[in-house]
Amino acid sequence: MTSLLVIFVLVLIGIAVWQLTKIFDLTQVGEITDDSGVANDRDNSVNGYLMFGFLGFIYLFTIYSLIAWGEFVLGTPASEHGVEVDNLMEISMWLIFFVQTVTQFLLHYYTFKYRGKEGQKALYFADNNKLEAAWTIIPVIVLAVLILYGLYTWNQIMYYDDEEDVMYVELYAKQFGWQARYAGDDNTLGKANVRYIEGINTVGVDLEDPNAQDDKVVSELHLPKGKKVVFKIRSQDVLHSAFMPHFRAQMNCVPGMVTQFAFVPTITTAEMRQNEAIIFKVNKINKIRANKSIDLVANGQAALDPYTFDYLLLCNKICGASHYNMQMKIVVDSPSDYKKWLAEQPTLSSQWKEANAPKVEEVKEKATETIVDSTKVIAQVIK
Amino acid sequence: MSHEHGHHKETFITKYIFSIDHKMIAKQYLITGLLMGIVGVVLSLFFRMQIAWPEESFEIFKIFLGENFAPGGVMRNDIYLALVTIHGTIMVFFVLTAGLSGTFSNLLIPLQIGARDMASGFMNMLSYWMFFVSCIIMLSSLFIETGPASAGWTIYPPLSALPQAIPGSGLGMTLWLISMAIFIASSLMGSLNYIVTVINLRTKGMSMTRLPLTIWAFFLTAIIGVVSFPVLFSAALLLIFDRSFGTSFFLSDIFISGEVLHYQGGSPVLFEHLFWFLGHPEVYIVILPAMGLVSEIIATNARKPIFGYRAMITSIIAIAFLSTIVWGHHMFISGMNPFLGSVFTFTTLLIAIPSAVKAFNWITTLWKGNLQLNPAMLFSIGFVSTFITGGLTGIILGDSTLDINVHDTYFVIAHFHLVMGISALYGFFAGVYHWFPRMFGRMMDKNLGYVHFWVTAVCAYGVFFPMHFIGMAGLPRRYYTNTAFPLFDELADVNILITVFAIVGAAFQIPFFWNFFYSIFKGKKAPMNPWKANTLEWTAPVEHIHGNWPGEIPEVHRWPYDYSKPGHDEDFVPQNIPMKEGEEQLHH
Repeated sequence: MTSLLVIFVLVLIGIAVWQLTKIFDLTQVGEITDDSGVANDRDNSVNGYLMFGFLGFIYLFTIYSLIAWGEFVLGTPASEHGVEVDNLMEISMWLIFFVQTVTQFLLHYYTFKYRGKEGQKALYFADNNKLEAAWTIIPVIVLAVLILYGLYTWNQIMYYDDEEDVMYVELYAKQFGWQARYAGDDNTLGKANVRYIEGINTVGVDLEDPNAQDDKVVSELHLPKGKKVVFKIRSQDVLHSAFMPHFRAQMNCVPGMVTQFAFVPTITTAEMRQNEAIIFKVNKINKIRANKSIDLVANGQAALDPYTFDYLLLCNKICGASHYNMQMKIVVDSPSDYKKWLAEQPTLSSQWKEANAPKVEEVKEKATETIVDSTKVIAQVIK
Repeated sequence: MSHEHGHHKETFITKYIFSIDHKMIAKQYLITGLLMGIVGVVLSLFFRMQIAWPEESFEIFKIFLGENFAPGGVMRNDIYLALVTIHGTIMVFFVLTAGLSGTFSNLLIPLQIGARDMASGFMNMLSYWMFFVSCIIMLSSLFIETGPASAGWTIYPPLSALPQAIPGSGLGMTLWLISMAIFIASSLMGSLNYIVTVINLRTKGMSMTRLPLTIWAFFLTAIIGVVSFPVLFSAALLLIFDRSFGTSFFLSDIFISGEVLHYQGGSPVLFEHLFWFLGHPEVYIVILPAMGLVSEIIATNARKPIFGYRAMITSIIAIAFLSTIVWGHHMFISGMNPFLGSVFTFTTLLIAIPSAVKAFNWITTLWKGNLQLNPAMLFSIGFVSTFITGGLTGIILGDSTLDINVHDTYFVIAHFHLVMGISALYGFFAGVYHWFPRMFGRMMDKNLGYVHFWVTAVCAYGVFFPMHFIGMAGLPRRYYTNTAFPLFDELADVNILITVFAIVGAAFQIPFFWNFFYSIFKGKKAPMNPWKANTLEWTAPVEHIHGNWPGEIPEVHRWPYDYSKPGHDEDFVPQNIPMKEGEEQLHH
């Protein structure tokens, strides 16, 4: 059936090509049949008009896109620096739209206006230093402004003051999921290395390290509104990228090193759900999901869950087969809610003790195993 | 150097297969490149179908991907990544580097500078055949059980180094690396040959400032290639060491499949630096030849001198130089020092200046011209259009601040496909339409050419323009399906639209291929100089002969852009026509 359909489509395309060539052929009517393969006045005229039409196509398509898809963009940034990023983005976008509109006009209009005609002679115009200077210097000035603004913002984002009141959170990536580690009351993350990974200590924290005693490992990221969060980012296997689009934040996760990104969340999840654009978006998505569900249910499958807005952490660096589904929910709380939530989370060391405490003998066995493991590792390293 | 043309006997093998004649090698490159292009495009249609109709069963997948890669006609998720990887590799290296540069550098360098052949015909032949071998190896990786390389065309380790991470990083990746190593050797031999030929074998009177812009572009492309390809070679070599001999250049502290690996002290960021030291210049290796072809075609068909010949040369040199110091803009958020981010933002945005100069010069060349809208000219104008549309978003991606949120999203896909993918392809097509008579002695059908251009032009915008919007919605690239995120549900319709445009656009390449192969055998016999062009290749006889010109090599008396020069009857004055008495010479 499908192959029949494919053949049918191919035949249709064939007919379409044939008809379209006919159109170009028909424009030759009244002239000596021309099979030279070189454009004649008719060709120039038809294609000149088409070029002008194509300009219209570009403009209309742009306008249509803006109306139909303009609302896809992420909307209100949920971080302090996100506002600056969006500002710069807006300026750059306006500039791009302006230059695009003007240059495409000139390009296509000239093609139309100066389409070749028998007897028309082109102007021998090879050089003009003033013009060259103009379109060198104007981009220089515009770019200088953009570069300076960009670099200023970049430095604001990427550097933070150690004196500042910040909190440290570790983001931990692996195929294909995320975890987060909170530094605890001492606001210092305990040492960690993949060589410490064992049992429930899935992020490889050095449990001997005093700083690690109050560390908490969770699989849902909660952030307090209004506090600068410094993410220390690790990966255990391949490259990943911690992408938090609503916060205009992204940083790669690199095995063997700790990378860093910091921002201040400014809108709680609850507040964001009240945002008009978000409400509109959520309703639209739920309509789509409801429609899809009708088909699914008809086929005997489960309906889709309705969507509620949440901040997300996505993986944005190709990391393996299930790269497309490596996500973690982010919740921005008010500071008091955040405190409450954090207090409810157990520390890793307590979880570890709990998991390994009941049977004393097993702990012993585990301990010996660990020793064997580490020697193996050392042996491998030496090898 | 002298060729005793006509004295030695040619067999089928020395003429068509192991030829050392640059014109035949150009044709070999062209046809191989086009065939690879078909593979690259078909792969892209497959994964576009998966994005538009996720996890649906397709009869066509059963046929082409088989039960292993597409059980029950549903594409496997790692095979999706494999297709993306091989599409990128084939298009960037095999089609737009070897296919484009290999074809036109080989064809035009000797013919346009007035040389009998390349400096080393043998090396030239070797270059093609190594390219051919690398094509075969790359294609063969599509047929192995574990699937081809699947780590993206950028093959970042550790994903590309560990078969535990993705099946394609086993034998598939090994074949990828071997293929690319051979490809790089091929490319270097080609490039060295081009450089030596341009420097040494120019005919009498052909000073550097009388070279057609095509030659300037090929010359600088070859230099960039020689500077940067060896670095990719070293990266590939070190990666082979890490994969097979247990070294730790790019790997450290890895826990995978329940065990700690022994690697310690390496850094994937080092690989990224090495990769992009080639990877970024590579996009200029792709686009500069297209720029050269387009400059030549626009001037010829506008019947006007190219505007600002010297500015064009200066800007192409500036682009070539800058291209080697901007690679870090692919790595703003790789974890490298943010100070480097600032440096690379600065150098990257500088490239906009020579690019703007070139775009304005092309537009000014059209102004008050007498435009002959041949298919080649349409594709050249299309090139300028997509180069502007795609290039402008470079201002956003090159700015480290803005890159944070659009990095690796569909916004990037839109940007680079327009500015270097589609543009370079347009340059390629323009070149094929324009120099087809020179290559095969016959004309291509112009009406099929017009249909080809107009449908392609609409579809190219239809495919890539909407991607800006889904990219700004935060949709990451290289996702097998977007259904894991309800947030992206609203983008599903756009993805279907894009795929439909892609399928129609791809289908309308069929008239081109028909036109191409039909015209080789049945096209109308071409006159010597069908486009009334000035450059030397059109002074050589239509029938190809060894050594290009039957008698003396023509001597050059003027620059190549004396179109519509006052004081001449014709609207073109070929380079080999001596200056009239008292005629003003623009460039020496």
